[in-house]
Amino acid sequence: MSFVTGVGLTPYGRHEGSSSLDLMSKAAELAITDAGLKRHQIDGVLCGYSTVSPHIMLATVFAEHFGIRPAYAHAVQVGGATGLAMTMLAHHLVEAGVVQHVLVVAGENRLTGQSRDASILALAQVGDPHYEVPLGPTIPAYYGLVASRYMHEYGVTQEDLAEFAVLMRTHALSHPGAQFNDPITVADIMASKPVALPLKLLDCCPVSDGGAAFVVSREATSDMRVRVLGCAQAHTHQHVTAAPALSELGAEIAIARAKQQAGVGMSDVRYAAVYDSFTITLAMLLEDLGLAARGEAASRVRSGYFSRNGEMPLNTHGGLLSYGHCGVGGAMAHLVETHLQMTGRAGNRQVRDASIALLHGDGGVLSSHVSMFLERVR
Amino acid sequence: MSEQPMPDWTVGAEAIVYQCCAACGNLQYFRRSFCCICGAPDPVEKRANGQGTIYATSLVCRAATAETRAHVPYNIVLVDTEEGFRMMGHGSNDLCIGDKVKARFARFADRLIPYFERAV
Repeated sequence: MSFVTGVGLTPYGRHEGSSSLDLMSKAAELAITDAGLKRHQIDGVLCGYSTVSPHIMLATVFAEHFGIRPAYAHAVQVGGATGLAMTMLAHHLVEAGVVQHVLVVAGENRLTGQSRDASILALAQVGDPHYEVPLGPTIPAYYGLVASRYMHEYGVTQEDLAEFAVLMRTHALSHPGAQFNDPITVADIMASKPVALPLKLLDCCPVSDGGAAFVVSREATSDMRVRVLGCAQAHTHQHVTAAPALSELGAEIAIARAKQQAGVGMSDVRYAAVYDSFTITLAMLLEDLGLAARGEAASRVRSGYFSRNGEMPLNTHGGLLSYGHCGVGGAMAHLVETHLQMTGRAGNRQVRDASIALLHGDGGVLSSHVSMFLERVR
Repeated sequence: MSEQPMPDWTVGAEAIVYQCCAACGNLQYFRRSFCCICGAPDPVEKRANGQGTIYATSLVCRAATAETRAHVPYNIVLVDTEEGFRMMGHGSNDLCIGDKVKARFARFADRLIPYFERAV
C-alpha cells in the first residue's frame, strides 16, 4: 500500500526573482510539513524538469540545494504526465520497500525566468525535428490539429470548447493562489486573440511560475489517509503525425488498465482531476475517460455536472487553464487540490464527497497517459 | 541503410519521400533504417505523388520566432496521402477537412516545405 501523506503548493503566476530550485524548495517544505515529517526522513526524491534551468541531474541538484541525502533520486520526463508518472513510480517504490517516504517535487519560474517566445519554442520541440518543427508549429498548433479533427468527427463547436475555460475560471475565482481571478464568459473566449485556430488565447493555459510537491509514504503519517488504489499508463506515439485514430488514443487504454488495477468503476468516482492544457484536451479526455459520452462533455459542463456542487466536481482549483501551468508542477496542482478535497481541507471550495478520486495526466500531444485512482481511507 | 537515402524536402529537395517495408508492406513517413512494425531492415524508399486528403488543420496566428512570425497566419495541415501514410505540411488558409489536395513546394523561414492546395 502507499499513501499520499502530505501536499504542498505555491500560488501560480509571477514569482519575480525566484528560481526553479526556490519554487521546488518552497513546495517541498510545505509538503513535508503537511505530512508531519522532518526533511531527513525523506529517503526518496523524484523530480520533474525545468525548461528554464535544464540539468542532466536535477534530482541531485535539488537534493543538495534542499539539504537532504536520499537513498533513491532521479528526474522523470513525460511532459504533462510527469507529475502522475512520478506518483505512480513513488507508489511502486514504497510498495516494493525500496524507500519509506518519497518526495515528489517540481517547480519552475517559467513565466519570469524566460521570454514567452522561449517557452513556446522550447515546448514546440516535442515535435519531430525533421518532419514537423521546420514547419513552424507550436504546442497550440499540435492541439489545434487534434481539435479540428475532434470537432469534425463529433460535432463539437468552438462555443462548446469555451465552456471548459469558463468552468475552470469559475473554479479559480474561489482559490486565492490562482493566476487568474477575473470572471470570463463564452463570448470573451470567442473574442480572444486567435493563437492556432480553432484554439484562441483563452482556450490555452497560461505560462506560470510555481511549485508543487507531495510525499508518498508506505504508511499513513496522520489520520489523513489517502491511498493510491491503482494506476496505469499508456504510450501510443510521440508526434501528432504518428498519432492513432481518435478512437484509439492512450487515455482509454490507461483508464481501462487503472480500473482493473484499482478494482473500481467510473460509478465509484466522486471527484475528477483531469489534465486541461487546452479546452480541447479537457473535452477529449473527459470523453475518453468515460466521464461524458462522445461529444457530450460540453453539455455536461452547461448542466453543472462538473461544478463544485455537481455530481462530478472537476479541477476545483481552476486547473491549468486558470490556476496556471508552470510545467511539471502544473498538473501536480490537480493532485494537491484532490488531496485537500479528500481530506476535507478545501475550505470554501470543499465538495460534499471526494472519497474516491480519478486523476488523469497527458504528456506530449495526447502521447503519454497516466490514470490514477485515490481513495480516502477512514 | 544499404542505399543512399532519396533526397526529400527535409534536405531541401522538391520531393516527398516515404518508406515501404519489403517484408510486411508497412508504410512509414519518418525515415528509419528498419520497419517500425516488423523490424525488417532497409525499407524501400519511394517518392510520393503529392496527392492526398486533408485530415486536420490548424491556422497558426501566433508564432514564436521572428522568421516564422513574418508568415502568420499560416495553415498547418495533416494530410492522408494517396499512398497511405500521414504527413504534416502547410496548406492554403481556406482548406477544410476532407478536401482533396496536391502538394507544391514553398519557401518558409528559409526552408523548402510542402504546401498543399485544393486539387482541381
